[in-house]
Amino acid sequence: MSIKVRYFASLKELLGHDSDQCEYQLGITVLAVWQLLTPEKLIPDNTLAALNMEYVTLDTVVSDGDELAFFPPVTGG
Amino acid sequence: MIKIVESDFNPYQALEKYQAKKQEDLAGKQGAANIFIGTMRDFNDGEAVKGMTLEHYPEMTEKQLQHVITDAEAQWPLLDSLVIHRVGDVYPDDVLVLVAVWSVHRGAAFDACRFIMEALKSKVPFWKKEILKDDSRRWVGKNTDGYVN
Repeated sequence: MSIKVRYFASLKELLGHDSDQCEYQLGITVLAVWQLLTPEKLIPDNTLAALNMEYVTLDTVVSDGDELAFFPPVTGG
Repeated sequence: MIKIVESDFNPYQALEKYQAKKQEDLAGKQGAANIFIGTMRDFNDGEAVKGMTLEHYPEMTEKQLQHVITDAEAQWPLLDSLVIHRVGDVYPDDVLVLVAVWSVHRGAAFDACRFIMEALKSKVPFWKKEILKDDSRRWVGKNTDGYVN
């Protein structure tokens, strides 16, 4: 299995695509997934992350089959 | 009830329709309703704005909005609540969001409506991209505290 990674808003534009698949590795964190998929770009300040639609910190460990999302601060309402 | 809508909506008609449907539940009990309507301005951050696209993360939007409502219900004795939020292309004077709450007494209605709106703005994954007068586009970087700035 693998981890589905989605990008929204300005991060989607920064990367030029809205999703990725990441090969699962035991103990891999949210930040490590970003670094693995985007080694040429540091994660922008204020980036938020969600695992299966719940907010998580960048040091959270990802599980196989998770959906991970990266996005900037939210601006609804 | 939570609704995400992709086209312009009239909040007053939406309220009337919803309340008529819920009349049986609310009849005799409702002592207060508080309603917030958020509308698009034609200016922001010192610039004229002629339009905007509201993007969201659909599955997470619903989930986080439900958390917000659950948190409000845990803090105040609400009879019911309704949240409608626009996504897609919007223009000045379009309604962006409606939050309505019903309760037995006014305190809960005032406080819970404010709580839901503020929590929505800080937790629910919507993003605004503005179209300026010269057709350039910019992402809104963060929400303000809701007062004059």
